[in-house]
Amino acid sequence: MMHGIAPRTVKTTCPYCGVGCGVAATPDGRGGAAIAGDVDHPANLGRLCSKGSALGETLALETRLLHPMMKGARVGWDVALDAVANGLRRVLDAHGPDAVAFYLSGQLLTEDYYIANKLMKGFIGSAHVDTNSRLCMASTVAGHKRALGSDTVPGCYEDLDRADLLVLTGSNAAWCHPVLHQRMMAAKARGARMIVIDPRGTETSEGADQHIALRHGTDGALFSGLFVYLADGGFLDRDFVAAHTRDFDAALARARSIAPDIDATARVCGLERVAVASFFETWARTPRVVTLFSQGVNQSVVGTDKVAAILNCHLATGRIGREGMGPFSLTGQPNAMGGREVGGLANQLAAHMGFEPENVERVGRFWNAPNMARTEGLKAVDMFDAIASGRVKALWIMGTNPAVSLPRADDIRAALRQLDLLVVSENVNSTDSTTPNAILLPATAWGEKDGTVTNSERRISRQRPFMPPAGEARPDWMIMRDVARRLGFAGFDYNEPADIFREHAALSTFENDGQRDFDLGPLATLDGEAYDALAPVQWPVRADGTGEKRLFAKGGFFTSDGRAKFIAIAPPDVAELSSAFPFILNTGRVRDQWHTMMRTGLSQRLGAHRPEPFVTVHPDDAARAGLVAGGLARVDSAHGAATLRVDIDGGQTPGTIFAPIHWNDETSGGGRVGALVHPLCDPFSGQPDSKATPANIAPVAFARAGFIAARHRFAPPAGFWAWRPVDGGFVATLETDADDAAILAALRSVGGDGDELTLRDEARGLFRAALLRDGRIEAIAFLGRARPIATFAMVADAFGAERLEGAARRALLAGRAAVADAGPLVCACFGVPLNTIQAAINAGAATPEAIGAATKAGTNCGSCLPELRRMTRALAPA
Amino acid sequence: MSEPLVIVGKGMAATRLVDELSTRALGRHAIIVIGAEPRPAYNRVLLSSVLAGEVDPADIELKPAAWWRARGVTTLYGGAVASIDRAAKSVTLESGLRVAYSKLVLATGSHPIRLPTPGMTLPGVLTFRDLRDTDAMLAAARRGGRAVVIGGGLLGIEAAHGLARAGMRVTLVHLMDRLMERQLDARAADLLKRAIEAKGVTVLLGADTARVTGDTVATGLELKDGRVVPADLVVCAVGIRANADLARASGLAINRGVIVDAGMATSDQDIFALGECAEAGGVVYGLVEPAYEQARVLARRLAGDTRAAYAGSTPATNLKVSGVGVFSAGDFVGEGKETVQLDDAADGLYKKLVIDNARLVGAILIGDTRDALWYQELIRDNIDISAMRDDLIFGRALAMAA
Ligand SMILES: Cc1cc2nc3c(=O)[nH]c(=O)nc-3n(C[C@H](O)[C@H](O)[C@H](O)COP(=O)(O)OP(=O)(O)OC[C@H]3O[C@@H](n4cnc5c(N)ncnc54)[C@H](O)[C@@H]3O)c2cc1C
Ligand code: SF4
Repeated sequence: MMHGIAPRTVKTTCPYCGVGCGVAATPDGRGGAAIAGDVDHPANLGRLCSKGSALGETLALETRLLHPMMKGARVGWDVALDAVANGLRRVLDAHGPDAVAFYLSGQLLTEDYYIANKLMKGFIGSAHVDTNSRLCMASTVAGHKRALGSDTVPGCYEDLDRADLLVLTGSNAAWCHPVLHQRMMAAKARGARMIVIDPRGTETSEGADQHIALRHGTDGALFSGLFVYLADGGFLDRDFVAAHTRDFDAALARARSIAPDIDATARVCGLERVAVASFFETWARTPRVVTLFSQGVNQSVVGTDKVAAILNCHLATGRIGREGMGPFSLTGQPNAMGGREVGGLANQLAAHMGFEPENVERVGRFWNAPNMARTEGLKAVDMFDAIASGRVKALWIMGTNPAVSLPRADDIRAALRQLDLLVVSENVNSTDSTTPNAILLPATAWGEKDGTVTNSERRISRQRPFMPPAGEARPDWMIMRDVARRLGFAGFDYNEPADIFREHAALSTFENDGQRDFDLGPLATLDGEAYDALAPVQWPVRADGTGEKRLFAKGGFFTSDGRAKFIAIAPPDVAELSSAFPFILNTGRVRDQWHTMMRTGLSQRLGAHRPEPFVTVHPDDAARAGLVAGGLARVDSAHGAATLRVDIDGGQTPGTIFAPIHWNDETSGGGRVGALVHPLCDPFSGQPDSKATPANIAPVAFARAGFIAARHRFAPPAGFWAWRPVDGGFVATLETDADDAAILAALRSVGGDGDELTLRDEARGLFRAALLRDGRIEAIAFLGRARPIATFAMVADAFGAERLEGAARRALLAGRAAVADAGPLVCACFGVPLNTIQAAINAGAATPEAIGAATKAGTNCGSCLPELRRMTRALAPA
Repeated sequence: MSEPLVIVGKGMAATRLVDELSTRALGRHAIIVIGAEPRPAYNRVLLSSVLAGEVDPADIELKPAAWWRARGVTTLYGGAVASIDRAAKSVTLESGLRVAYSKLVLATGSHPIRLPTPGMTLPGVLTFRDLRDTDAMLAAARRGGRAVVIGGGLLGIEAAHGLARAGMRVTLVHLMDRLMERQLDARAADLLKRAIEAKGVTVLLGADTARVTGDTVATGLELKDGRVVPADLVVCAVGIRANADLARASGLAINRGVIVDAGMATSDQDIFALGECAEAGGVVYGLVEPAYEQARVLARRLAGDTRAAYAGSTPATNLKVSGVGVFSAGDFVGEGKETVQLDDAADGLYKKLVIDNARLVGAILIGDTRDALWYQELIRDNIDISAMRDDLIFGRALAMAA
């Protein structure tokens, strides 16, 4: 329970990444806090990265959701909770449990996960609980369970200090796990070697002793080759293999068929023989080796098999669960591990138990649950498809923003609008994933939250509050408890997080008897005080309350026979290159690549706020293909084509190209990279592969380039474009062959029958047009052949204006601010405007003749003389 | 003793010539100005404004009597020159008065054209050329009723607008399919038509006049397609013809106007012509600016500067209908040349520039004419505009602020 504002330094954990660093927070009494690394925390020993260090700056309330809201209006908690419960009840009555889903986040605390999972799988009766961490670690979970019998990271961070060789594959730890990377760099400084396996050059590879830039999708082959090398070179731990594993021969035979020797491995992986040989040699001869892997391994059609190939090598040498040795999966999200332990995923039941009938029965008994889910539920992507197809009618989103974090954001936003009930528990007041009818519930944020998290080394740490909740915010567990009670469910009588944690620990040890690794036995009896004081501890927790640093050194795997299983992996899906498709296309998300983009100056060249679909190419490939930086390229695969902005980067592996997958057909013209990607998924984890598609790339050019902008997105004429939001509307850079009429028609489709302003200079290919309603820009386009191309910045001020008139309206299509207006013309013959004449009068010209002498006005046709006369009378200085 | 310089016609060209002469060679000539109209020289351009009630008739006098006196100019008005005796070097007025000249200047302006259709001479049919016409129109307007103006050029539009302002229900009939077709392209003409209609004038395009109806007075206008537009007043503003009557009678070379050389001399080296009656370089101008440029050249010649030469003018048109800016200059069609067009019809704005070889050669401005003179200069001075091409159409302030 919260004990009010903590008066002194509070030990808690950083909420940003899976390293799970300990943080010492000292509230300043004014709503902020001084932040320091917790020197006693084993994850970081006092270190923090830049994100963690800046935690104190992120506590401000401006963006917080402070009150429950319904239909955009503030309501009381009782009203909101009643509405949630009634809404759920209605959907359950009308459509059954299958129509309800929870979408959670790796930011939630273990206690929150536990209640969500229990409520859903035991009481509502559906297993549609999934999280946003699905997309980054599903293959690791599946890979661990297949080989080890449980989702267990065998080693600990300390192994990084003790290792002589650190191998990172598919992991940009320097960026994603900074404090661990520092720890590895410290090990390297002490003499450990660091090898990075990654098709792309990254900050991590730059700091390594060796960078193995293998062909995409061939990690499995590389580790198969290593497996063979270990076997043939006499590096096996035959005793360990005999005593604690099975299926060795079949797995080795398969590895041999994939990568029989160094030369074959080099060929498959697209590497120099010497690079492969030295990697094998180093790995084989260095017993203390930790192989770390992350997203790059996970997001693959053979992600689960890649994990298996790595585990095979560690099992074959017995280098697992021993000091300085072992395979090591790094999770991205702060409490993805806690979610995995609870079982808060659609394909797990609870506490490292699956949907086997005896487990369903056991958990049902433990929970005293009336309505147990009996089969796996919908995984993240399927969940949103089911919402779109109308199968799921009620969704509760907690602590995440699927409309931003999942691909096809617009589809998801559209899908959300179809729901009968949408509940969003959030701590920020964001409208991205909400609809006008959503019920918004303010949840507590970091600094207010009270509970536990688990980091990448199985270490459970307390996240402790040091500030009161903002506004009316409540902890997620409390919100769910109150809804469960309203639904009439028994077994939700928790008063504080410790109550939940105890139950969670009790379930982990319930009828366990060493069957399941995840066992918090002794913690099931912690009292509130002990829970508050709980020191970071790794599971499984021994009877004496201490944690298990390492597992499996002496076997004891959680398979049915206690033996680890060697896996005969499928031959790696090495994309078949041909003369038609000579490149490997790797796809990903821009956010993960952001750093690289900055380094290559892409953002600078395209303007910090002009992200467009792009393709990154190595300079040599670019030169050969005739591509220029900032130009356009057409990328083709057997499945489709895309048009993308060319980004040239020496860090890109030659022969490979990279393109982000953010854009769809509504947000871009030709930028839907998804269309290129082969439609393949990892068969075990369901995680999609988007890393290796054979493709071709060639330059394309359009007749004209410029920009379009409007209050709403519309379908621009055919060409290359990508919408991005600006204040009051959307903007896209446009390159097109469309003629003036087609462009104008497109503008009309969004600007309707507004006033039409056009500028045409055919000889220059120039066409500019704007549609105005009541003087406000509805839609605008600037196109031309000349470089530099017109940019939105030219009209940004005008676009923001509520009403354009006079000089500002006349200058609009100039794309420049109007120059001070000299007033209406008085003398047409000599072009003398009112202000000039006024100035002459002010300077003493008292007659039309004197004005004429000073300004020439009225000295030609004289038709303005009467007006000049009037002015000398009316405007003469007093 | 100074030589007698006789100027026939006391209009705008004549007045400017005297002005120019007095600054260069005052006293060299004994100047005699003879005008047919029964009043001092006035600004003809402002007749439209008088008609529209924007200017008082008393305010359009070009120069006060004292001005003429101060320059020692003898002015005779209210009697036309009837003939020239080139051998005797004298002119004879209608009254019989003979005036000898050493140098003679013809500045007799133009005749307004009346259509050669029946009924054109009926009472109630007017042209629009001088103050008498304007007075007659204002008198008709005071009686109210309907007016028809024939001719959709500058003059006809100004007449129609003026009559509408003066309270008449006005129909403007024009033979062509667009107004001011000699100065405007279709788009500009369309905007102009809308603006004129917004001022209360009904515009009929493609309307060919058959005759003026009425037995003793004009009662309306019948078109060739059979339509009849009833009217109490018919104004014929279909064009002007150079007034070369005296020159023709005295055997000077004439074509469409009195033919003059670069020094403004006719085929008789002691006789000069300028203004609307002159044909210089094969062109008869119908605007005041060329007349003024010619006056400057002729004044220098008469002052003894033999190098002064008139090289032609770049005529530009400004419509004087308040609130409706219309400007046209040069080759506004731009056939085979590059054109730049800015269009904001809803705001009554249209601009077109014609560019050839990085030079501005023509321009149309509707709605916003404040840069008219600048464009006219760019055309006249053959300025290379490449550096400011993208902003050129947005006017001087923006283009020069680049
Ligand atoms: C209503 C109206 C609006 C106009 N608006 C514009 C405008 O906006 N911009 C522009 O540039 N131009 C305009 N013009 C044209 C402009 O007025 C003429 O180009 C200009 O007046 C020409 O000057 P001028 O001296 O050659 O002829 P005028 O000004 O016509 O002078 C000729 C004079 O000679 C007299 N005359 C003729 N024959 C004889 C003779 N035998 N003996 C004695 N006197 C004689 C005539 O009575 C007349 O007074 C307009 C004209 C009119 C009628
Ligand atoms: S490494 Fe991760 S857990 Fe540690 S301070 Fe940085 S973000 Fe926080």
